[in-house]
Amino acid sequence: MSTYSLPPKQPKSTSKKVKRILILLAVAAIYIWTFLGIEIDWGRAFERMANNFDRVVPKLFNPDWTATSEVALKIWETVLIAFAGSLMAAILAVPLGFLAAQNMTRSKILTAVGKWILSAVRAFPDIILAILFVVAVGPNAFAGVLAIAIGSTGMLGKLYSEVIEAIDMKVIEAMEANGANKIQILFYGVMPQIIPEFLSYAIYRFEVDIRASSILGIVGAGGIGTMIIFASSNRNWNEMGLILLAIIIVVTIIDFLSARIRRKIV
Amino acid sequence: MTKQTKPEALRKTPSIYPTKTKLQITIIFFVVLGFYLFSMVWTQREMVGGFGDALGNMYTVIEKFFPPNLEVIPKVWEAMAQTIQMAVIATTLAAILTVPLALLSAQNITTFKPLYLFTRTLLNTLRTIPDLVLAVIFVGLFGVGLLPGILALFIFSLGILAKLISETIEAVDMNPLEAMRASGGNIFQVIYFGLIPQVLPQFTSFVLYVFEINIRASVVLGLVGAGGIGLVLDQQLGFYNYPNAMAIIILIFIVVIVIEFISNKLREALI
Repeated sequence: MSTYSLPPKQPKSTSKKVKRILILLAVAAIYIWTFLGIEIDWGRAFERMANNFDRVVPKLFNPDWTATSEVALKIWETVLIAFAGSLMAAILAVPLGFLAAQNMTRSKILTAVGKWILSAVRAFPDIILAILFVVAVGPNAFAGVLAIAIGSTGMLGKLYSEVIEAIDMKVIEAMEANGANKIQILFYGVMPQIIPEFLSYAIYRFEVDIRASSILGIVGAGGIGTMIIFASSNRNWNEMGLILLAIIIVVTIIDFLSARIRRKIV
Repeated sequence: MTKQTKPEALRKTPSIYPTKTKLQITIIFFVVLGFYLFSMVWTQREMVGGFGDALGNMYTVIEKFFPPNLEVIPKVWEAMAQTIQMAVIATTLAAILTVPLALLSAQNITTFKPLYLFTRTLLNTLRTIPDLVLAVIFVGLFGVGLLPGILALFIFSLGILAKLISETIEAVDMNPLEAMRASGGNIFQVIYFGLIPQVLPQFTSFVLYVFEINIRASVVLGLVGAGGIGLVLDQQLGFYNYPNAMAIIILIFIVVIVIEFISNKLREALI
């Protein structure tokens, strides 16, 4: 039998070890804080569930078909809100994306400003934006469009800036060396490299926005969410079943279509 | 550029793109534009005063919301803490339960096709339901409180997490696993020494990512009665107490940014 020795283990640096231990301690502290702080009245919650279960769950699977036309109209409005909002965002995000891309502005300050604007916008949940816009333009679908537009700009701008930062700069340097001006570089050097991915991300965002716009109605910003809030306050779970079914169908169809289109583009 | 007619040869240069592609793109462009205009008109049809008035309103809104009443922040701090705790519990539960689900929906681990397809379809359907809708249903079941919020977040993040992780598992390099099998490792050894080291960094990163999503989702769940800061925000909006509402919105904004920053740093350190 031949003798063999295992390869030596990589020595771990002390700083790494200390880091690990600190992270572990922090995570443990968070859990202790969580479990000490949270209080749930389990008894009451389960008593309620036992009472409500028969009133809610079977009805969800037994949709109220008489509301079909109303649900269809509202889900159509949801799709329109998402479409208008994400198209606006796809356009608004372009200048911000360029601003936040290091290789386009060539200035650390401008890039930092762009990145800060984008992450600040991203930190607002869509529905909070919807609350603000409902107060501004009234409880209608256009408030939803604005909320989606602003909400999506944050994420799209970030993705755009990452795409721009990943382009092949050799092409641009070569064009500069040949005496092309800024506009020519933009149109012939930068745009062909970024357009497919920009489109793909914009379509992906539309997918996300369909989900987002379906709940905006909860705060009065139009779409199917309006019906969700009415159905739940009226305890009309049959109608809720139909609404759920409609959301699932529409989201699935849009996801499928968008995945196919994106595969074709990139 | 001087005013000069293009030379003959240049004018006749065929375009790089065939006419058919150009036509297609033009048609798509106009369809998108048309649909956009239509949806703009449709969504504004119930708006009183149109777009011009809205801009003026925007100003009055800023007047209503500002200055925010920052004195309420110490009073709502407890609700904010509950919100974060909701997200922590939901993310932990989802991270634990996602392991079997991710394994079942990874094609290279679950070779039994019907089972794989079943889990996949289940997860895909689960992911289509927005978190707030789940919260509405759970509030209907359990009554107002933290539990429906935690359940809604849990189900919602389970769908995302299981999908992301099953994709990671599917992208794993199967060669080391096969080598271990060939040299006599049993199934647990293969999973422990072959699969886990490849998946663990991504797993942690995705869990943190889902935690970020959950924080953002949990702050609004209260709007439908699922506990936390959203409940307080909803009450303040109900009383038309806009300065208080603005203070809460600012608090949410800061908490989300801080947590995202920490989680981003952790994720960078992990990968």
